Amino acid sequence: MANGSEFRTCPITGKKVFASTQNLIWINAVTAVVFILIGGIMAFLVGMTRWPAVHLLSADLFYRFLTAHGLNMLVFWIVFFEIAGLYFGSSVLLNSRLAAPKVAWLAYILMLVGAVLVDVMVFTGKATVMFSSYVPLQADPLYYLGIILFAVGALIGCGIFFGTLAIAKAEKTYEGSVPLVTFGLAAAAIIAVFTLACGAIIYIPTLLWSLGLITNLDPAVYRLIFWGFGHSSQQINVTAMVSVWYLLAVLTVGAKPVNEKICRFAFLLYILFIDLASEHHLLTDPTLSPYHKMANTSYFMYLAVLASMIHALAIPMTVEVAQRKKGYTKGLFEWLTKAPWGEPGFPAMIFSLFIFGFIGGITGVVYGTEQLSIKSHNTWALTGHFHGTVVGGTTLAFMGLTYYVIPLIFRRELIGKKLATLQPYIFAIGVILITLGMGGAGTLGSPRRHWDITFADAVIPFSFDPAVLFFTTIAAIGVITAVVGGAMYVGVSVLSVFFGRKMAPNEAKML
Amino acid sequence: MAITSPEKYWWKPADKEEKLWITIALLWCLVLTIMMPLMHVIGTQNPSVNPMKIRPQDYRTVSEAFIEKYKVGEEKGIPIVEPPDGADVYLRAQAWIWTPILKLKKGVNYKFHISSTDLMHGFSLMPLNMNFQIVPGHDNILNMTPTSAGTFHIICNEFCGIGHHTMIGKIIVS
Repeated sequence: MANGSEFRTCPITGKKVFASTQNLIWINAVTAVVFILIGGIMAFLVGMTRWPAVHLLSADLFYRFLTAHGLNMLVFWIVFFEIAGLYFGSSVLLNSRLAAPKVAWLAYILMLVGAVLVDVMVFTGKATVMFSSYVPLQADPLYYLGIILFAVGALIGCGIFFGTLAIAKAEKTYEGSVPLVTFGLAAAAIIAVFTLACGAIIYIPTLLWSLGLITNLDPAVYRLIFWGFGHSSQQINVTAMVSVWYLLAVLTVGAKPVNEKICRFAFLLYILFIDLASEHHLLTDPTLSPYHKMANTSYFMYLAVLASMIHALAIPMTVEVAQRKKGYTKGLFEWLTKAPWGEPGFPAMIFSLFIFGFIGGITGVVYGTEQLSIKSHNTWALTGHFHGTVVGGTTLAFMGLTYYVIPLIFRRELIGKKLATLQPYIFAIGVILITLGMGGAGTLGSPRRHWDITFADAVIPFSFDPAVLFFTTIAAIGVITAVVGGAMYVGVSVLSVFFGRKMAPNEAKML
Repeated sequence: MAITSPEKYWWKPADKEEKLWITIALLWCLVLTIMMPLMHVIGTQNPSVNPMKIRPQDYRTVSEAFIEKYKVGEEKGIPIVEPPDGADVYLRAQAWIWTPILKLKKGVNYKFHISSTDLMHGFSLMPLNMNFQIVPGHDNILNMTPTSAGTFHIICNEFCGIGHHTMIGKIIVS
């Protein structure tokens, strides 16, 4: 234990699971679930305030909780889960001990302290600045410090991942090339290094500015570098999510990538181009020249889109090939209709793919064009777009994976398997309603980050097209549905992790 | 499997179906790549092409001078300004008001200068739904020609503090 060399062999996959790795995956994943719980409660309160029929919170609490919702979901839940995923993808998949487990614990503590600091500042009203915290809107210095600590912790986590890859190679724990999932996670980790570097470049001066040590911080420069962090962190999520799709395809139908070369090439496209696309945030900004913006958002962004299109073919293709090998060859779609729809991982993967691609992805490409950005910038349609990608895509994929991590890594039997099976369906329906409602209202001009879309307190009276209210109601019904789905996820995973039956060492049972 | 190392020689050519799909996807990406610059040249609705830097205090001075010069009235304490045809128009964003209320003419081209004197704001013209980021220290210069008469509203769609949702401006086109 002391040198991290104690391991067990997984009875299903034959992989070595080192005790030190297992503990670190456990703590990071459990912490992630705590943050999705906080973020989910905020989602409900914020969603119910946005709906004029309920209008639950005061303006002060609404903006506080909206800030908290963004940070806890977009950053804390997802990044803690991804760090767990990185340790899994390197140590477990490569049969290797984890590099420097003690440093990995330090990384965890830094992230936790950072996240708690941020949450305390936001909930006490000292940092009502939204996820983007645009200067010159100022938060308490401790808020920026919290973000920096969290980012440094995550960066160390990426370092542990790379270190483990090096150890595995040096100690020859695998033969030939790394598995595709590890390759995809490596792409995510490389993107993460760039992302976190942008975070450091912008948050360190911002911290100094909030302390009064720097006076001239150009808000336009802040926006440029912030989005190198803010949007690129979503690109980490995309890349990690696609890796999880490949992983879920293995766990649910035993799929094998049809062409490793093509899948890996697509990940390479992500590394090279996906971050440059972040500049689409600035399309309506009065700063960079249109030619600069266009080069980044047309040429570079569409090469990343091409990568997603390749995965969009490769994933269903691997599933189809695996299913046809099992004998489901009748007609065009027997492979799909006879798929394990009654097992949580499969619907989670398929809905994640569908919502990410058809809702999140397409809206993203549309809103990322120069002229259409004028029609969508800062409207609720944007919020709809990234709920399609991050909630319907990444979060749903991670939720599906959790149901396999609990028995395989934590060796606990799931409590409430029926709930777990139903959960991806309910969550997916909720997210689809949210994205459609937000998209509809946003297309009519309903703004994001807004307490009162009836404008009751405004000096100059104004009211929206009544259709905005209709779409807002659809989104609100979606919020309630998705929150129910989220609560089912938190309930099943927390109960199983703490109270699930401990599985015998050689018990080869997945669900 | 995606969780095990691939066979030794995995660098295999793509199948026919894969090649077809990737070709279609690439062609579509190329169409998109060409569309954006093309619309920038042949289209008439583009974001600011020549933005300028301007210090917030300087912007306040020029926008006050603009209001004083062309003021024609007041509504609820907010000045109403009617600039002459083709004039430079200054629309100031500050927490939580758009100043002034503008009276414009249909079919006349105006050069809009929109900036903020405090925080970031979002210019959102309703019911047309046209949106621009307003950044203090930077002048978002837009050539705008009203093409229909009526009353238009400007809402703020960038979070700018506790009164963000009350920030509404007005443009009257006759």
